[in-house]
Amino acid sequence: MNDETSNNALLLINNVSKAYDTTKALNDVSIEINRNEFFALLGPSGCGKTTLLRSIAGFEDPDSGSITIYDDSGNGTDLLGLPPNKRPVNLMFQSYALFPHMNVRKNIAYGLEREKLSNSEIAARVDEVLETVGLTEKAKARPAQLSGGQKQRVALARAIVKRPRLLLLDEPLSALDRKVRAEMQLELKRLQHEVGITFVVVTHDQEEAMSMADRIAVIDDGEVQQIADPVTLYTRPTNIFVADFIGSGTLIPGAVSPTGFTTQVGNAGSGSHQLPATNPNNVSGSAVIMLRPEAVHLNGDHQSGSLPGQVVETHFYGGSSVSTISVSGLELPVITRHPGPPRHGVGEQVHLKWLPEDAIVLAAPADQKPVE
Amino acid sequence: MHKIGWLRLPLGITYLFLYTPIVVLVIMSFNISKTPFVWKGFSTRWYAELFQNELVRQGFINTMIVAVSATILATILGTLLAIGISRYFRSALLEAYSLAPAIIPDLALAIGLLVFFSLMGVTLSLVSVLLSHVVFGMAFVAAVVIARMGQTDSSLEEASRDLGGNAFTTFFKITLPSLAPGIIAGALLVFTLSLDEFVVAYFTNGPATPTLPIVIYSMVRFGVTPEINALAALLLLVSFTFVLSAQRITRLTDSV
Repeated sequence: MNDETSNNALLLINNVSKAYDTTKALNDVSIEINRNEFFALLGPSGCGKTTLLRSIAGFEDPDSGSITIYDDSGNGTDLLGLPPNKRPVNLMFQSYALFPHMNVRKNIAYGLEREKLSNSEIAARVDEVLETVGLTEKAKARPAQLSGGQKQRVALARAIVKRPRLLLLDEPLSALDRKVRAEMQLELKRLQHEVGITFVVVTHDQEEAMSMADRIAVIDDGEVQQIADPVTLYTRPTNIFVADFIGSGTLIPGAVSPTGFTTQVGNAGSGSHQLPATNPNNVSGSAVIMLRPEAVHLNGDHQSGSLPGQVVETHFYGGSSVSTISVSGLELPVITRHPGPPRHGVGEQVHLKWLPEDAIVLAAPADQKPVE
Repeated sequence: MHKIGWLRLPLGITYLFLYTPIVVLVIMSFNISKTPFVWKGFSTRWYAELFQNELVRQGFINTMIVAVSATILATILGTLLAIGISRYFRSALLEAYSLAPAIIPDLALAIGLLVFFSLMGVTLSLVSVLLSHVVFGMAFVAAVVIARMGQTDSSLEEASRDLGGNAFTTFFKITLPSLAPGIIAGALLVFTLSLDEFVVAYFTNGPATPTLPIVIYSMVRFGVTPEINALAALLLLVSFTFVLSAQRITRLTDSV
């Protein structure tokens, strides 16, 4: 770690592990979260992301490792020694956990009252945050009288009014319907900029993470798979799990040879041939290349380094088309997407072509047969 | 709701069967005649005589002492029991045992308590009645509060901790208020049950301090008088008021 990143670090999660009985919820997780960052913990349900979030908030106790938060002058405090009410972080619960016997104003003031602030300061800060989330008119309403989106704003207001150094959000949008969810995605992003608080959001929805977060940690099986910005995750995944979890794509099995990526796919049993690919992760031996649908171009005639196939299906979606192409030696057809109407009819012979930098070499799954 | 019009008949008969005796009792309590089964005209004289009756007055005072103290003790203990069971010992067996005193036959409970008190060398008095009422009252409160806890969001307390509340503040500002409808309903239930409880009180009471139901029992042995009708009507009024308000409180706070 160089000096620049350590100065910018707000939260350092170091080798955190946690097991329930025999199942490992978190296995040696290390993540660095920067100041003013919108950070997402992304993974399928049961991957350990919520356990990690609750460990930061203080509701889970990791078996080993440390979680350190840094103040503006770079002094670190180990969070794990502190009870939840003494940590400078706040959590927005998935259920929102609004206090049903208090109105909106009382809910938001609750955290400030615990800090023993003066009544006038509490009132001023509650008014301010009510305006920020646009709920000034609902100050006297009980939680039961609010819509899902409004409840979420109250939960958010109740957390940010505490001015935490870090705000944790547990599946913040999962309880909302589709339309409100899209609205709140933008709203959360706007609020994060406005209040200048570091957000760490847990989600299982990759689109949600991609559209909101500055950086994402993809987690599976209690382990960090990759930490990167959304574009890098999409174009330069480091393993098959990440490639598959972040968007769709086709995998072509083969092997890395001294000259490049070679495969028997598409050659109808007449030996292996080389396909354009790039190997940023320095994979060797048995491997696959991953192709995103929009990276594959279709041509009528053969060019070097292209893959022959036959159009199986075409779908026109107005602005773009999706064609599925069967290739000999591939179990699943290749899915391609391009703007405009379909350019090749069903049954037509085509050649698949892509740029070397659009085909990422990844280590093959354990069950892939080695290619001679 | 459709095409079951004829079902109103058995429904009506059932309600008639349930409420006729009660209605007759209330009407007869206003009967001027001394013979309790023949209507001679309206009067409130039996109510007036009731308040003159020293035995009834003493019984009423004893009953109130037991009912009020049993309600307070059973509510506190029952609430703590409910929180303890649902929070720290999630066990169906333990929950069943906590509710048992509310379900087992009064007679078994009464005899058991009597044996217990004599083994412990406790002199039977209002205190032993009070303790006995706390035993089953606590079970009723626990049952209602456990049900209430099942309906409340368990992350409320975590949210309170997260916002800076310590364990003490969280309990009094969040846990108790969110359980309040259950606790109040439980308390009203205990009060109503204790007010006219006979079997357990009869077994565990000392001779010098009869509660109201025991007083009534000894009066009835010499025949039902209109005075007893008046007394029963008053008890009915109190019970109805409490049960209805218990229901209302639970419903009101839930709908807000």
